[in-house]
Amino acid sequence: MSLLDIKNLSVDIPTRHGVLHALKNIDLHIDAGEILGVVGESGAGKSLTGAAILDLLEPPGRVVGGEIRLSGERISGLNPQAMRQIRGKRIGAIFQDPLTSLNPLYSIGQQLTQTILTHLPMTAAQARQRAVELLEDTGIPAAAERLDQYPHQFSGGMRQRVVIALALAAEPELIIADEPTTALDVSIQAQIIELLVRVCRQHHAAVLLITHDMGVIAETSDRVAVMYAGRVVETGPVEQIIESPRHPYTRGLMASIPRAEAQVERLQYVPGNMPRLSDMPGGCAFHPRCDRAMIDCTSLVPLLETCSARSQLACWNPLPLGQASDEERA
Amino acid sequence: MISQPLVQISGLSKRFDVSAPWLQRMVNREGRKIVHAVNDVTMQIERGKTLALVGESGCGKSTLARLLVGLYRPSSGRIEFDGQDLVQTLNSAKARALRRRIQMIFQDPYASLNPRWRVQDIVAEPLRVHFPELGTAQSHGRVAELLHSVGLNPKDATKYPHQFSGGQRQRISIARALAAAPEFLVCDEPTSALDVSVQAQVLNLMQDLQSQRGLTYVFISHNLAVVRHVSDRVGVMYLGRLVEVVPTQRLFEQPQHPYTRMLLASIPKMKKGLQSRAPIQGEVPNPLSPPSGCAFHPRCPQATAVCSQQTPELRHFQGIQIACHHVQG
Repeated sequence: MSLLDIKNLSVDIPTRHGVLHALKNIDLHIDAGEILGVVGESGAGKSLTGAAILDLLEPPGRVVGGEIRLSGERISGLNPQAMRQIRGKRIGAIFQDPLTSLNPLYSIGQQLTQTILTHLPMTAAQARQRAVELLEDTGIPAAAERLDQYPHQFSGGMRQRVVIALALAAEPELIIADEPTTALDVSIQAQIIELLVRVCRQHHAAVLLITHDMGVIAETSDRVAVMYAGRVVETGPVEQIIESPRHPYTRGLMASIPRAEAQVERLQYVPGNMPRLSDMPGGCAFHPRCDRAMIDCTSLVPLLETCSARSQLACWNPLPLGQASDEERA
Repeated sequence: MISQPLVQISGLSKRFDVSAPWLQRMVNREGRKIVHAVNDVTMQIERGKTLALVGESGCGKSTLARLLVGLYRPSSGRIEFDGQDLVQTLNSAKARALRRRIQMIFQDPYASLNPRWRVQDIVAEPLRVHFPELGTAQSHGRVAELLHSVGLNPKDATKYPHQFSGGQRQRISIARALAAAPEFLVCDEPTSALDVSVQAQVLNLMQDLQSQRGLTYVFISHNLAVVRHVSDRVGVMYLGRLVEVVPTQRLFEQPQHPYTRMLLASIPKMKKGLQSRAPIQGEVPNPLSPPSGCAFHPRCPQATAVCSQQTPELRHFQGIQIACHHVQG
């Protein structure tokens, strides 16, 4: 049994001009201790998936179908009190901007001990001791002294370390990390990614890592899910998604990334833009941009089907299996 | 190499006074606080080529860009554009003629276009300023041509910026910059607000425009993979100083400065298992109180006593320019 199991999850956003289907029939699972990367362009529904798991969808967005199970137990549609027992305790969260995810009016120590006391049976002194350990784990020098400082006294990279410590405070089984390094410098990014992977392995936490940076995914994830226009279009082990993707969109996305290892004359790209939610083409949402589109693609939606033990694909005319995309990159 | 460089920068510095108000300084007995955003930068920008500036946030790359287009006045030093002193000319009657030749593209295509103006008016504004002799019909024709050259539909001219996606807006910014028919374009992180697939479209467009029009680019980016793709030469900055200026190919194949090597090592690799990246130790020091000597020495694995005492100068060394005690020998 997987740790997190998402089946057929759909999210709608009702607006004045009609209902937008923001997520459609999402199927995802994460095993205990696994790192699953979720990639896609802005508006593909990556962050919305994370928010739906945490039951933090912004109204009027709401789950209209499907279910989310954590260790077999259904957590979608729980009442807010029950959900609050799970959020922070069993599922931790790390968001993009470390400044806005910390309360500027409370010291780091207050925020950490409050989280620990809420979820774990500890005395105040034990909680404070644990807070110091967590800060040491996340590489904050002089942790005991810095405990009484406020968020503005920390740099961006240090703040993100505090946020990671907060997410781990109650020993969660799963961490949702939504673009955890996007607001940071490249050099600091490397430190934070290394830290995130190390402490999550140490604490046996699984991670749902949402990012648009394929380099970060390549370094950290075990498996990758590619999203496009509110659907999962391909999943698979990270090497397979990068080296021999089968969905034409994944191939285009990979080819458009400039690589520091080698210089190419021209970057390849997928022509056009992702369709707006209000203006979704029929059939496969990718068909207007796809060079392999056939007549079926314009009318029938391809469903996510299992093609091997660890990979799934939603495409009527995928690239042949095992064909390395070397020629395309050349 | 024989032709004269388009831009010659010598000893350029920009200092900002970030002191607290006078009364507060008296009460707390503090002095003035000065940030050296750009410190003694000397370099050349060659015609028709792309110079990339890289470095971590706060290293002064955007300040240098703003100095180059005349948005800031230098605290000291000189910028020569095609043989004329930039600051002097911008204060003289010839200012408008010079401004036409230098244009800028900004990072955020959501903030740099006026939301209340139609695309037609946005792109035509430089035409009104620099080519007032054009009539309405001619100006409409030029806007249509410009939109076409950046891959937009000339019919889009009647729309407003909010009707476009991020990539399309950045194309509008490029069309606006090109309207003045400039020779020199300063691009401050032009693609970092865009998705990868859209970024590739915009980078390819910028390359095409460069080869068609012989443009000279200064390209600021923190993404080294993008820099490798677009630039001919790279200037690496650290805390307001240039630490290495080197042809792009050599930067990636034989990085010399310890800081450059660390930056390169911190890029995520797309192939797993080759080598995991070595994170840079520590963070950028506070620019208000930079370390003595070489500003990089507290983070540098090769630092010795001399590094904390003397600031290394940017010197020519085996075909590159570098500021490091240990590479110059």
